Amino acid sequence: MIANLPNAENLFGKLERKIAPHVSEETGIIGIHTGGVWLASRLHHAFGIKVPLGVIDVSFYRDDYAQRGLKSKVYPSSINFEVENRDIILVDDVLHSGRTVRAAINEIFDHGRPKKIMLGILLDRGDRHLPITADFIGGTIAPETDDKISLKRSEEGTFELFMNSENTK
Amino acid sequence: MNPQLDKAGKLRHFLTTEFLPKEILLQILDTAESFTRVTKRNVKKVPLLRGKTLFNLFFEASTRTRTTFEIAAKRLSADVVNINISTSAQSKGESLLDTIANLSAMHADMFVVRHARSGAPFFIAKHVAPHIHVINAGDGSHAHPTQALLDMYTIRHFKKKFDGLRVAIVGDITNSRVARSQIHALNILGVSEVRVIAPKTLLPVAIERLGVSVFYDIRLGLKDVDVVIMLRLQRERMRGINLPSSQEFFNTYGLTIDKLSVAKHDVIVMHPGPINRGVEIDSSVADGNSSVILPQVTFGIAVRMAVMSILAGHSI
Repeated sequence: MIANLPNAENLFGKLERKIAPHVSEETGIIGIHTGGVWLASRLHHAFGIKVPLGVIDVSFYRDDYAQRGLKSKVYPSSINFEVENRDIILVDDVLHSGRTVRAAINEIFDHGRPKKIMLGILLDRGDRHLPITADFIGGTIAPETDDKISLKRSEEGTFELFMNSENTK
Repeated sequence: MNPQLDKAGKLRHFLTTEFLPKEILLQILDTAESFTRVTKRNVKKVPLLRGKTLFNLFFEASTRTRTTFEIAAKRLSADVVNINISTSAQSKGESLLDTIANLSAMHADMFVVRHARSGAPFFIAKHVAPHIHVINAGDGSHAHPTQALLDMYTIRHFKKKFDGLRVAIVGDITNSRVARSQIHALNILGVSEVRVIAPKTLLPVAIERLGVSVFYDIRLGLKDVDVVIMLRLQRERMRGINLPSSQEFFNTYGLTIDKLSVAKHDVIVMHPGPINRGVEIDSSVADGNSSVILPQVTFGIAVRMAVMSILAGHSI
């Protein structure tokens, strides 16, 4: 099951070190549900950022809504800070087709016009469908199957990557 | 089979709260909660229904309900066409099915239907093309499911739960489609007790069968309730003389601070609107601390957005 997936805690350490020089107290950090929010929350705490943590569920912006409908549980997005003219770091666990990131960027723009959006990703698995690149990457992988790679968080708050057979490119 | 559900058990039309699974009602409430955040943003729109066309078919006049459906659809980026049928082709003799066929030919994706006849939206739902969804915005004295769900949303918002709650519905139950839809929804969601409080002339026969306890005395009925839902006295639907006078009704059943004092101290008072001050509710209650009448209206938009987006997501 967990065939050759990298250690998520190591990837997180790398990601954190790469993002650190680009963060100030005024940087907005936004995580994408669900794994991205866990990562963003730890980064937000580690960097001591004063701006509240932002959270996005891209369900209302997905491009496959007409095919797949609305998932049964949509988490509320909450960006409780002024997006206008702010540096924003968008965080997600796995970057694949790029469609989720596209949806998240659209949603951010409905809150205002940020100065800059940078993308932080724990694991880049390639195979993009859109011209989207991450600014900060914990690690890369080129899996042989389309099986979904997800992040899981233990009760102690540590991260682990796992694979399941649901294809959700 | 429930005419609202498709073969996979998903919501295809939204016509009544009766017989709907609890999970679907909760899904609508949860989705609505996410939409309430959208309406606080700079851009109050999401692109879910972009390119879809929604027809508001109001065979019976209503400004408020039609407007909230229109706002909800526009916040989902749909195109909205309002058709006031009473002044339209039907008065020239066109049949209901011909009207629907014509509008379908204009590439409608969703119909929001209000009709004075109970069952009309069911009839329409039965005859539309497979990709078209129908939402009942009130049919005769039968059902008004989006109103009922926005009431459920309001209750959950203020009370955080359904179990353990006592809810009283007061007034013209006989003519109220809202009351019927509320009673079904409250029982599905599992409140402890639903009470109806009204004079015998405004209570349908065998109302107990819907799972309610009946009170004729408002002071007994309101004792220890957590939620009071007042209904409008629907004079336009009353046949013959159900009531001596509206003053008499107010004296006996009109909600005043004094009558409300036997309810729980944190009781909330709801009303589907439009309110008749001094008939079913006193201004001191309608504008008082217990009143959540205006939040109901706001929540109504998010709940209708939720219903539309869940329906339209099941197109294939």
